[in-house]
Amino acid sequence: MHQPLEPPGQQPPGYGKCIPVGSDGGKAAGFSAGSGGSGGSGKGPVICSPVCGNPYAGLVSHLRATWLSGKTRPMEYRVAQLEALGRFLDEKKQDILEATALDMGKPSFEAYFTEILLCKNELNDTLNNLCHWMKDEHVDKNLVTQLDSAFIRKDPYGVVLIIAPWNYPIHLFLVPLIGAIAAGNCVVVKPSETTKNTERLVAEMLTCYLDNDCFAVVTAGVQETTRLLENKFDYIFFTGSPSVGRIVMTAAAKHLTPVTLELGGKNPCYVSDTCDVQNVARRVAWGRFFNAGQTCIAPDYVLCSVEMQEKLMPALREAITEFFGSNPRESPDFGRIVGDKQFRRIRALLCSGRVAIGGQTDEKERYIAPTVLADVLPSDPAMQEEIFGPILPIVVVANMDEAIDFINARPRPLAIYAFSCDSKVVNQVLERTSSGGFCGNDTLMHVTLTSLPFGGIGNSGLGKYHGKFTFDTFTHHRGCLHRNMGLEALNALRYPPYSQQKLGLLTATFEIKRKGMCTLL
Amino acid sequence: MEKMQQVVGRARAAFNSGRCRSLEFRMQQLKALERMVQEKEKEILAAIKADLHKCGHNAYSHEILGVLGELALAMEKLPSWAAPQPVKKNLLTMRDEAYINPEPLGVVLIIGAWNYPFVLVMQPLIGAIAAGNAVVVKPSEISENTARLMADLLPQYLDRELYPVVTGGVPETTELLTQRFDHILYTGNSTVGKIVMAAAAKHLTPVTLELGGKSPCYIDKDCDLAVACRRITWGKYMNCGQTCIAPDYILCEPSIQSKVVENIKATLQEFYGEDVKSSPDYERIVNKRHFRRILGLLEGQKIAHGGETDEASCFIAPTILTDVSPESKVMEEEIFGPVLPILTVKSVDEAIEFINGREKPLALYVFSNNKKLIKRVISETSSGGVTGNDVIMHFFLSTLPFGGVGNSGMGAYHGKHSFETFSHRRACLIKDLKMEGTNKLRYPPGSQKKVDWAKFFLLKRFNKGRIALVVLALLGIVAAVVAKMVYC
Repeated sequence: MHQPLEPPGQQPPGYGKCIPVGSDGGKAAGFSAGSGGSGGSGKGPVICSPVCGNPYAGLVSHLRATWLSGKTRPMEYRVAQLEALGRFLDEKKQDILEATALDMGKPSFEAYFTEILLCKNELNDTLNNLCHWMKDEHVDKNLVTQLDSAFIRKDPYGVVLIIAPWNYPIHLFLVPLIGAIAAGNCVVVKPSETTKNTERLVAEMLTCYLDNDCFAVVTAGVQETTRLLENKFDYIFFTGSPSVGRIVMTAAAKHLTPVTLELGGKNPCYVSDTCDVQNVARRVAWGRFFNAGQTCIAPDYVLCSVEMQEKLMPALREAITEFFGSNPRESPDFGRIVGDKQFRRIRALLCSGRVAIGGQTDEKERYIAPTVLADVLPSDPAMQEEIFGPILPIVVVANMDEAIDFINARPRPLAIYAFSCDSKVVNQVLERTSSGGFCGNDTLMHVTLTSLPFGGIGNSGLGKYHGKFTFDTFTHHRGCLHRNMGLEALNALRYPPYSQQKLGLLTATFEIKRKGMCTLL
Repeated sequence: MEKMQQVVGRARAAFNSGRCRSLEFRMQQLKALERMVQEKEKEILAAIKADLHKCGHNAYSHEILGVLGELALAMEKLPSWAAPQPVKKNLLTMRDEAYINPEPLGVVLIIGAWNYPFVLVMQPLIGAIAAGNAVVVKPSEISENTARLMADLLPQYLDRELYPVVTGGVPETTELLTQRFDHILYTGNSTVGKIVMAAAAKHLTPVTLELGGKSPCYIDKDCDLAVACRRITWGKYMNCGQTCIAPDYILCEPSIQSKVVENIKATLQEFYGEDVKSSPDYERIVNKRHFRRILGLLEGQKIAHGGETDEASCFIAPTILTDVSPESKVMEEEIFGPVLPILTVKSVDEAIEFINGREKPLALYVFSNNKKLIKRVISETSSGGVTGNDVIMHFFLSTLPFGGVGNSGMGAYHGKHSFETFSHRRACLIKDLKMEGTNKLRYPPGSQKKVDWAKFFLLKRFNKGRIALVVLALLGIVAAVVAKMVYC
């Protein structure tokens, strides 16, 4: 029958308890396609009982009908919706900061930076360039098509689904949503049910800003999301764990739905012996402990020599104190773990190597101190899974070559970091490894540049987005050739009956000749 | 079956050795492929003829010409395609190196189709090699002569470990699909496409699926029917209709239906003569199973022209059906044969509605003297690709991405698009270990001042023109000062 979304064994981060459909507040069947909004002749929320065969069929077909009507095509419409998203970010800023603080103790600077600022950055980039991105892209023509019009048309896919995780609960649905709207699609957004307050905020407030005929928010737990995935979407954008990514792609395969999967992995961080230790410590600590370690691109573990481990320890201690004070538990700038289950999972990883810094925990608060583990072995628990918490294991390697071999023996990660004053070292690590993205001499920062594609490879994902890449992700690039009805004589070469002469002429017109070396000089 | 695991394992070990990374190596392999096509042209044409009864000229222009073109393009452009692409930086990253590095994916799988058995393996293979991957090639077993030839020839010209050819049918392909690949490009039908994608999902392998569908062809009454019908006839009956982007069916107003039939009949005469069966330029259906399938589609239909068949030679004459009902069997599946149904519609609005009521096709064709109408049909429908006022031709322009959408597929290739399909575009940001000052803005403890600075660095949009003026003004001032110092 239906394969449950939850894989056997370890429950992946991002999927909490199952919520029976219709149990949340007064919302009908978990939809928020209701009151308010910027008009549209919407049919209103679809009410469906849990025993229905396909509880979301009505919603999906409603959105599809609107898409077919062409409502989302004009640029003015898309701009209006995107501007409304901007107003959502501005007007609901305080609500967003409060909700994320309630959900996971997110420090307000972090929340402002990732959930508001970075989103506005993407919004501005899109609004500034949408006109250009939407245009037909004219392409170089060959001899046969010289007199024709040849271009790539940017078509929306239709009705797309965005499934977001809990760690950056606004950002990770909003940035894809920007691209999906910009590309002219109708969108179903499924925010994470793990971050309840943010989920409620999105379900109740987002729909007041967007056109409910074209954009819907679905609140759903594991089982409902499984049902949601039974519907045919024209694109699915998923951010979460690799195990759930497999389930999403398998569901998508039934409908031949293309997907982008933003997954994760263990992001290695190589620190060479020649480096400015204090700066390295600060940048690594910042990247690791941001959002209490719950970042898909956080440096997951450090690879360095035993000497560098000795040097890093006091530097890391100093950085942590600089950032969070002598008792990080009292710092307003250090977050908490999102849920009890995740807390217990991360706490269990502490018995790896030896605790050199931190290690304190408090289950009631779901607090885990910024922790550094020294002399961690590859067989230790902390090296078996993506940590996704404020624990930084240091694994000792003899040299750069051993570090590179270590990295290459493992699944390809979302990000690789390398620190060295010697740019050759940084380049070596870059060239001899493979990962979604790479940042030399810093952590996390490569994803703040909208001109760089953000995505994984292998187990860490497929597809990419940010900036124009998001627009392109949700666009079908349609090759179009608009020919002349006249000049039929030229076509005679291709028609039967065939002859050697025709073939010779045809070859001459089609074949791209190799450009020879210029011998004049 | 251990054999598949061994083949793929060897390819992966060969890829990990790093030898296919260098551009020189890739060029060498592409050059070897070019030599293979040129030296073994006769054998290739003979194999295609044995599989599809295709005459040499046809096979050359359909399969070899395109391959030579792609090879030449790849060899010319490889250095620029493979070069790191610097990207626009923001204020925060102004002093850094930011670029996209095209990298190979690893070991990719190419599953070919039988209708254009050579080009549908070679074109993806060229892109995959150019992008620096190891490639497992699985030609279609239905076009067995070409499959056998490729299994023979490729190891003679290419690195044997990096580019193995695997032959076999469904069981072998199923076993192959249990292995982990870093990309799979499959050409074939939607049913098997779903199976390929489900198998790929187990390993989170990205896929390019070149599938099919019913490519509609709308003929407006305002158009040069003789020209339109000649072009349609060419595209429909080439390869005996066994082309993924053949115009599958025609939509037109009832008033022009009989003229359309007349024109196509006349063109068929021009192309194949009185006795089509004896024309060397007309192909055959690939096997008995497809022959019987297509024959079944003719049941109960009004045959306006053609309809003659001969099972022994898998011959089906170029056939036209008129007044076809949308519910009939011939309108339920991709025909993939020399049968052309004509359905009448009252207007272009009805045609658009008809097209949008069905699965998105691989190609869409519209013929009209009215440019606005063509633009409208393109804008109000969706399809993999489009040719206006002709058929098939968008396939031959390699600057256009070739692929489907919805049921007709996902992803695209040809030309540079092949290279990009088989590459990972890795985002790279290289910073300085110095200049820690600016970083302090992002470190805790937080403060309003830091928030304001963060806003400035990220959100400020500089008007380039204004900056240029400011810089010019500054330079002017400097020049004036220098002049004053020098001359006073």
